Amino acid sequence: MKNTAIHIESLSKRYKEVQALDQVSIQVEEGELFGLIGPDGAGKTTLIKILVTLFSADKGNARILGMDTNDSKASIRKIIGYMPGRFSLYPDLSVEENLSFFARAFDTTIAENYSLIQSIYDQLKPFKDRKSGALSGGMKQKLALCCALIHRPKVLILDEPTTGVDAVSRKEFWQMLHEIKSQGITILVSTPYMDEANLCDRIAFLQGGKILSIDTPSNITGQFPWQLFAIKSQKKYELTEWLRAWEKVSYCYAFGEYLHVAFSDYDIQMKELKEYLLAGSISDAEIITIPPTIEDTFIYLMENGNSR
Amino acid sequence: METVVKVNQLTKKFGSFIATNAISFEVKKGEIFGFLGANGAGKTTAMRMLSGLLTPSSGQASVAGFDVSTQAELVKQNIGYMSQKFSLYEDLTIQENIDFYGGVYGLSRQEKKDRSNDIVSKFQLETVIHKLVRTIPLGWKQKLAFALALIHKPKVVFLDEPTGGVDPITRRQFWDLIYEAAHDGVTIFITTHYMDEAEYCDRVSIMVDGLIKALGTPSELKTSFQVDSMDAVFQLLARGTANKI
Amino acid sequence: MPYFNFSPAERQTKYNLMKKFYAFVQKEFYHIFRDTRTMMILFALPIALVIIFGYALNNDFKNIPIGILNQSKDQTSEKLIHRIVGSGYFVVEQTLEKPQDIPKAFKSGKVKLVVFFPSSFQQDLYHAKKAPVQLIADASDINTAINTTSYLSGIIGEFNNENGRENSGGVQLSSRMIFNQRLLSVYLFIPGVIALILLIISALLTSVTLAREKETGTLELLSISPISPYMIIIGKVIPYLILSLLNSFIIILLGIFVFGLPMVGSVALLILACFVYTVASLSLGILISTRVETQQAAMFASLVSLMMPTMLLSGFIFPIESLPLPLQLISNIIPATHFIILIKSIMIKGAGISLIWKPFFILIAMTAVFILVSIQSLKRNK
Repeated sequence: MKNTAIHIESLSKRYKEVQALDQVSIQVEEGELFGLIGPDGAGKTTLIKILVTLFSADKGNARILGMDTNDSKASIRKIIGYMPGRFSLYPDLSVEENLSFFARAFDTTIAENYSLIQSIYDQLKPFKDRKSGALSGGMKQKLALCCALIHRPKVLILDEPTTGVDAVSRKEFWQMLHEIKSQGITILVSTPYMDEANLCDRIAFLQGGKILSIDTPSNITGQFPWQLFAIKSQKKYELTEWLRAWEKVSYCYAFGEYLHVAFSDYDIQMKELKEYLLAGSISDAEIITIPPTIEDTFIYLMENGNSR
Repeated sequence: METVVKVNQLTKKFGSFIATNAISFEVKKGEIFGFLGANGAGKTTAMRMLSGLLTPSSGQASVAGFDVSTQAELVKQNIGYMSQKFSLYEDLTIQENIDFYGGVYGLSRQEKKDRSNDIVSKFQLETVIHKLVRTIPLGWKQKLAFALALIHKPKVVFLDEPTGGVDPITRRQFWDLIYEAAHDGVTIFITTHYMDEAEYCDRVSIMVDGLIKALGTPSELKTSFQVDSMDAVFQLLARGTANKI
Repeated sequence: MPYFNFSPAERQTKYNLMKKFYAFVQKEFYHIFRDTRTMMILFALPIALVIIFGYALNNDFKNIPIGILNQSKDQTSEKLIHRIVGSGYFVVEQTLEKPQDIPKAFKSGKVKLVVFFPSSFQQDLYHAKKAPVQLIADASDINTAINTTSYLSGIIGEFNNENGRENSGGVQLSSRMIFNQRLLSVYLFIPGVIALILLIISALLTSVTLAREKETGTLELLSISPISPYMIIIGKVIPYLILSLLNSFIIILLGIFVFGLPMVGSVALLILACFVYTVASLSLGILISTRVETQQAAMFASLVSLMMPTMLLSGFIFPIESLPLPLQLISNIIPATHFIILIKSIMIKGAGISLIWKPFFILIAMTAVFILVSIQSLKRNK
């Protein structure tokens, strides 16, 4: 049985009138790539700040590799790598100067663990004398990642590393994460992008401070209870309005060029659906059945409360 | 269909750096036009020129019938703009924000009142109308910002990454608003990082290094690149390994 | 007005412009009323300044400490002394026995002025009809010296008139300015300027740099690294310490060689004084940074709580003795006040450590307090 790298038990935290975290419990195994999925305000950043010992929880406890985040702050800080939600390196220092500073701050040198960051840093090397504030968004990310890894942490915690970054850089970043995982480092990463959930070993849905569900990406979609239909039509607007007018529809949301629709009544089949659409003068509709996606599941759970 | 945005060889140089490189396209009334590209590809610069905030180095563009170089002020008065930061004043109440934008766009007192009532009833803001914007949830701010961008019923509205960070339901509710506006004849110009949102658009352009590398409906682009998602189209183009067009 | 001469269309345009304008003005008022800092500058600050300048700070003198050296000890001199004390401007702080005691009295800062009645005072008055009295003033505080001397002249003149002696005869005043014979104002300004500059570099800049780490988020990464918070603070502060000291020495050298400021006392003591004051200012800067979140707030707090009191209440320009009691108390908790005393005592009067240990001690104690409170603040934040 694998060891627990991160153990979070009934963690709660309140800021003034807002319950930022409400009895959150999560177990992350060693070597796992664990995703914390949820929109702004879900509590991801609060949870992460408690894990990296910057905040304390009101109730509950959290342990990293057995060490409690309240008592063993110094020991935890030696073995975690943290990449905060916004660029938190020194903009007026160069790439190399930043890396060198953090290496020394963590009692190591750039050379010592260079193998770990090599593939990432190689992309930065041509710019090593450029001030980090002058780097592009994607480059800043890579540098922040290097600084978080420079002391070969056992657990890497990243707070929305891909927010605001274009789709190409996002993909590259996740490839880097998988390489890091293959070195045996446990990774906890938070993101608001549902499509990135598929790239994790296991995920936790977080919304309004509460856990909606925890499972592998493939299993979690099993929580979507209905048959899902994807409908495409040129008359997008009319299609949406017409379907929303049908009481039998229990779920209706746009997903790119398709509309995802589901019915609580299991008997509704393709035929009846086509008839209804024709009645609304939508004749060019293309209907297929699809398995529910992560995002469908998240939306369903958001609307219908916790499922655990 | 009336052409509402006409762009011809629009260029912007900063010193020797060409941010926007002679781009040309047209947008029709009521279209939802997606403006995609990596950060630094030039789309923000292009948007700013089209919204009258930046003077082009060369080329022409007309928005809502006004030239962006010579009639920038008229352009600004006839468009709506919503940025990522939601352009609301956090230390003012919702009502005060509505009144302010109404005033800024020169609405008469009656118009302001009508539009204010419209917005309040549509988003059910009756109970929170006198709360500071700072205290309301992100999703509401977003919808309010959009409503304010439309308060003076402009012909064109520019949305700069308007859906950052909100939950999937709020995001779709926002798109419902966009669809509604487009249906009412407002032309929507939107930039986004969410590739599925690119699919919601009528037509899409992808900018790479200041040039428009792709322009067409999502299905046209997917067909010509022989991929099945806008995400894949973007990956091909933005990484520079384009092998079709 | 010409408004009536416009066409309806023009009027509409102008009306529209007014509406937009009004919308902006109204919004600006909201921003102002809802921002504490702006409100303070708009209302609290002017009121405070008016009260301070109008009521408290003035060039009037009261309670100036003086020393009396009365070698004659006769009736007339006693009467004159009573007169002087009775005027309310002066307070006899010390009674001296011999002239050799005078320098020490000044160096310790206990008295600003000494009235010296020589032993032949009484006889001279009866026999020669005129008797000399010497006023010796500490001119390192120029304004005080000049004013007290003229006040005393006035009192003595009145005394003479009442006793029927005028013009040729009566008590004759001769005055001497020590430490600053030529009454150079540079003696007044340079110490104050050093205090102010050290304050700016040490307190203001330190508070801003620490606030910047908070504001940009880099403090987060530092916090979870093995570097202890103490090391972070000390590491940040040392460059400013070194640069401050360098700066102060340059100014002192400028004062000495370009403006003729004397350097009578010990160099080692001077360096020590600058060091202690710089450290006190640095710890003040650290204290401010633990209580603010942004660089802007740090700068604002430094300016309002440090710069202004230092300029107005540290004895730099206005003498402390003539401040009303509440402001005097504030003056005492400003590090600059004690530092200015130290600089003047060391450079101008040549005082030794035995005489000026008190300001040193106070500065060190202040530093300790500031640091303790900062540490408490930091701990509470976690």
